[in-house]
Amino acid sequence: MDLAFLSSTMLTLIAAIPMTLALFALSVSLGGMLALVVVWMRVGGNPVLAAIAKGYIFVFRGSPLLIQMFLIFYGLAQFSVIRYGPLWPLLREPFVCAVLSLALCTAGYSAEIFRGGIRAVSAKDIEAARSIGMSGPLLVRRILAPIAFRHALPAYSTEIVLMMKSTALASLVTVWEVTGVAQRLIHQTYRTMEVFLCAALIYLALNFIVLQALGLLEHRLSRHLRPVPGGR
Amino acid sequence: MTAQPRLSIRDIRKSFGTLEVLKGISLDARDGDVISLLGASGSGKSTFLRCINLLETPTSGRVFVDGEEIRMLQKNGKTVPASQKQVDHIRSELGMVFQSFNLWSHMTVLENVIEGPVHVLKRPKAECIAEAEALLEKVGIADKRHVYPAHMSGGQQQRAAIARALAMKPKVMLFDEPTSALDPELVGEVLRVMRALAEEGMTMLVVTHEMGFARNVSNRVVFMREGLIESSGSPEEMFGSVASPAFRQFIGHYGN
Ligand SMILES: Nc1ncnc2c1ncn2[C@@H]1O[C@H](COP(=O)(O)OP(=O)(O)OP(=O)(O)O)[C@@H](O)[C@H]1O
Ligand SMILES: [Mg+2]
Repeated sequence: MDLAFLSSTMLTLIAAIPMTLALFALSVSLGGMLALVVVWMRVGGNPVLAAIAKGYIFVFRGSPLLIQMFLIFYGLAQFSVIRYGPLWPLLREPFVCAVLSLALCTAGYSAEIFRGGIRAVSAKDIEAARSIGMSGPLLVRRILAPIAFRHALPAYSTEIVLMMKSTALASLVTVWEVTGVAQRLIHQTYRTMEVFLCAALIYLALNFIVLQALGLLEHRLSRHLRPVPGGR
Repeated sequence: MTAQPRLSIRDIRKSFGTLEVLKGISLDARDGDVISLLGASGSGKSTFLRCINLLETPTSGRVFVDGEEIRMLQKNGKTVPASQKQVDHIRSELGMVFQSFNLWSHMTVLENVIEGPVHVLKRPKAECIAEAEALLEKVGIADKRHVYPAHMSGGQQQRAAIARALAMKPKVMLFDEPTSALDPELVGEVLRVMRALAEEGMTMLVVTHEMGFARNVSNRVVFMREGLIESSGSPEEMFGSVASPAFRQFIGHYGN
């Protein structure tokens, strides 16, 4: 064990964590918002919107994320509307392409997870809300969404953890996040095992923290399911 | 004095596909009326109650709450409410108590009770909490205000559900078999709350199989059969010698 090498590798990789976290945070939040739009289209009752949402979900769940990322990174430049459009300075950035493809992809999965959560809301809860005069956005905000989110949270947690790992793909479109930096180190040192081991430890540590946070959230949101400590 | 009925229902019909469940029902409830709706399973009692607050949309007929008619219109050959806003408003004036309580399980009892006043009526929260606590006191579960529904007995849950409906200060309370999902020993505590409400002058429409309640608490008994009101009258009439043979046969089944 070459501790000196391991620790210098660790330090180099740790310096790339902010990039990994930026990819993760942006794509999860953008993807989450997009998922809300997609799921609203999917279950909102308009057949045209529902078909578009279904198509969207199929495309982004049905094809490899890596290929989606390549298509966005290499493919967008093919369209002159984009190439000469106002957003090009943004869209030619590898980081932006990576966030975009990660967000688009997770939106497809998350929309299905949210839909599952909505389906699990009992008609009784909805009827109780209607019977006191709730409807539309108020009913969604006060009753439907809180209950659906609780049902969706375990599956959504898994999706979030997967997203942390998916950020590694951004290295293939030249974003210098943890995996990208690790590969660069390997090219320089040819010490594959040690470098990737360090990288794996970093992802484990990051996901450990994320899972703790999600676990805490789930714990807080499921008070009503637990027996009361010490009777009542 | 010809007080206008709290609730007036005119010739309500309801079909599910080709099955005609309600075949033209009219009913008036005046202030303070307590009307028991009796009838065999499948006679359309729940459907009738749900048509009043539009949880089901009647195929035809008219509903008036305190003189205000729920406006309907025809759309692609179907009857639909003309205004969701009006429907919401009417529903906020009609308290509904369900057979299986339908409390929101992720909220405490108090949160269940203040949800409507705070978010539908948009009243100040502190005021709503004070009123909710008084209501919970009234239905006898003040000590449970911070408890989640899953941690309470069925009777306590149903009383919480009654408090939730009362918190909207409804003009009429609709009950759909409020005690049918309860263990026999818990029925009494819910019936006592309902009786107290009746004595306070609340206008109530109660679908029930509790003959004791129909006979002793309500001032009118309505017997439904196959989507129609077969007979109706005061409890004395209905449980006395002038009752219709069909109703007599019906109560015979309930061993009363
Ligand atoms: N949503 C629905 N779709 C189709 N049929 C329905 C629906 N709701 C009720 N029905 C039918 O309408 C009829 C009347 O039902 P309803 O629930 O009103 O009866 P009920 O008198 O309340 O009976 P119970 O005492 O069993 O509660 C039944 O035949 C039932 O199957
Ligand atoms: Mg019924």
